[in-house]
Amino acid sequence: MKRLLMLLPLAIFLLVAVFLYRGLFLDPTELPSALIGKPLPSFALPSVEDPQRLVSDDDIKGKPALVNVWATWCVACKVEHPVLNKLAEQGVVIHGVNYKDDNAAAQKWLQDFHDPYQLNIRDEEGTLGLDLGVYGAPETFLVDKQGIIRHKYVGVIDERVWREQLAALYQELVDE
Amino acid sequence: MKQLIQGLLLTLLLVGSASAAIDAYEFKNEAERERYRTLVEELRCPKCQNQNIADSNAPIAMDLRREIYRMLEEGQSNEQIVEYLVARYGDFVRYKPPVNAKTVVLWYGPIVLLFIGFGVLAFMLMRRRRSAAASSTLSEAERARLATLLDRKEP
Repeated sequence: MKRLLMLLPLAIFLLVAVFLYRGLFLDPTELPSALIGKPLPSFALPSVEDPQRLVSDDDIKGKPALVNVWATWCVACKVEHPVLNKLAEQGVVIHGVNYKDDNAAAQKWLQDFHDPYQLNIRDEEGTLGLDLGVYGAPETFLVDKQGIIRHKYVGVIDERVWREQLAALYQELVDE
Repeated sequence: MKQLIQGLLLTLLLVGSASAAIDAYEFKNEAERERYRTLVEELRCPKCQNQNIADSNAPIAMDLRREIYRMLEEGQSNEQIVEYLVARYGDFVRYKPPVNAKTVVLWYGPIVLLFIGFGVLAFMLMRRRRSAAASSTLSEAERARLATLLDRKEP
């Protein structure tokens, strides 16, 4: 009994050490999205190419897709863009939300760097971004064919992130 | 000397008031302004981790301030406004997290630890007293032996 009691401080120390060690590798900027498992917020916004044409959340339903929030003022989005182009070429459905941006600049960007998006949503006021809980571009949502948000990735999608994290999740949604 | 003290006091006063980003919002009355102030100070900026949305200059904090102002103008309650933000950004935006299964350790852990500490302390004190009491009293046989030992040495 007394032996065991003497070991107690060591046990507590080990427990705390495990917790703190784990904490070393957690990224505090990575917030869990409050929207996982919830449907896309409903919206009706013009498209980037044509202000007359309205895009709504119903247009996104039907196929699993990536919904990518981007802007021309976002430096990291430029890094991400070629990867999205490549994914679109492979047949991945990607929709773009142009978040709080100048529309002319966005149009030019899509012309200059190629357009990987099937739908281009123009969210100039950031209302859709707010409803999506966006706090910094680029952010990407994985949406299933019913329009339910299944996963959120904050930051640049590079080839490694796609291969190691998102590809399998996307494939799962396609196979569903 | 007096001037120096006055100057220092003035500086301290200024330091206190020189926080918060400046927005020009018009409020209907003082109570409304007060509610706005408590809300923006209680809610955390999702982008900048350790600032509330009152102090942050991030664009997202500006948007959220505008949104809170809009909802206040619409006459929504504080709970409704906080819920609106939590639905979008999660419990992270609250500096005062709600009590639920995930946060129960955070809320009550310290109190539990304190009581465990008191328990251990009480246990140790009791044991020490008992052992002190036990060692200070001699049994009959020991006392007799002590007496003989002392007697033998005395002459």
